[in-house]
Amino acid sequence: MTLYLMCFALLLIGIYGIIVKRDLVKIIIASGIMGYASNLLLILFAYRKGGIYPILEKGKDMTGRVMVDPLPQALVLTSIVIELGITAMLIALAIRIFEKYKTFDITKIRRLKG
Amino acid sequence: MPVETWLIFIVGFMLIGSIAALEMKDLLSAIIAVGIVGLGVSMAFLLLQAPDLAIVQFLFEIFSVVIIVRAFLKKDYHSEGEGQRNRLLGGITVLTLIAVFLLSIRLFKALPPFGKPLMTTARYYLENCASQTHAANIVSSIVLDYRGYDTLGEVTVLFTAILGALTIIRLKSKRKTEGEGQS
Repeated sequence: MTLYLMCFALLLIGIYGIIVKRDLVKIIIASGIMGYASNLLLILFAYRKGGIYPILEKGKDMTGRVMVDPLPQALVLTSIVIELGITAMLIALAIRIFEKYKTFDITKIRRLKG
Repeated sequence: MPVETWLIFIVGFMLIGSIAALEMKDLLSAIIAVGIVGLGVSMAFLLLQAPDLAIVQFLFEIFSVVIIVRAFLKKDYHSEGEGQRNRLLGGITVLTLIAVFLLSIRLFKALPPFGKPLMTTARYYLENCASQTHAANIVSSIVLDYRGYDTLGEVTVLFTAILGALTIIRLKSKRKTEGEGQS
């Protein structure tokens, strides 16, 4: 349970960064931290004590060996790849905003039209 | 040492790294600190017996650090000023998040303990994967076979995100070349 709570604290740090920071680069970094924390939390739920990786090997007897839960691993594999696309899109938006307003500070970006 | 002790060490390191990444004034140091967090996630995946995920996370981390450094390093960077309103907002946010953390302790007590997952759906996959799909890697057989439509949706989302990013960047250069042509 300690691990779950520490991982949840990492998620809360990401939320704190998104709410409080006024710098667009810091906000992108904070959203990345939130993504790491949620992925790690899912994989922590999947771990089984004494389990091995879910890959079958030829000529090796698998009876009696437990494996970790493969379903969250498959879902997180999807999630990591999507995160890369989202990060790239956020960075593209930030570059455009910088070229238009010459700043990364979100309190100075007031004319949000056109 | 058991796995849990190593994981507590790594996650604690990641907590320090993420706080450093958010609070540092220097942009390059912040980006590298967030790289520490990502590589810590990769090592935690290795310890949690997920080698595929560790490889993907490692690649993702390298790519994202390179992209962020390439995108933001040349821009002249003004550090944010400490406003009165910003400090008030920060205090309220920290208090709220600490309250959420304290309230969530009961939630995490109700979950199954670390090391003993429920494994209701996964047991079916583990027992029938070899005979039904003839794939050695159970994770890839779930991604590509049992949950193929899920992967199709993922590819659609990824394609849309990359298309959006390319469109946003292209829009800029096109308008710039037009402006140069007129002037």
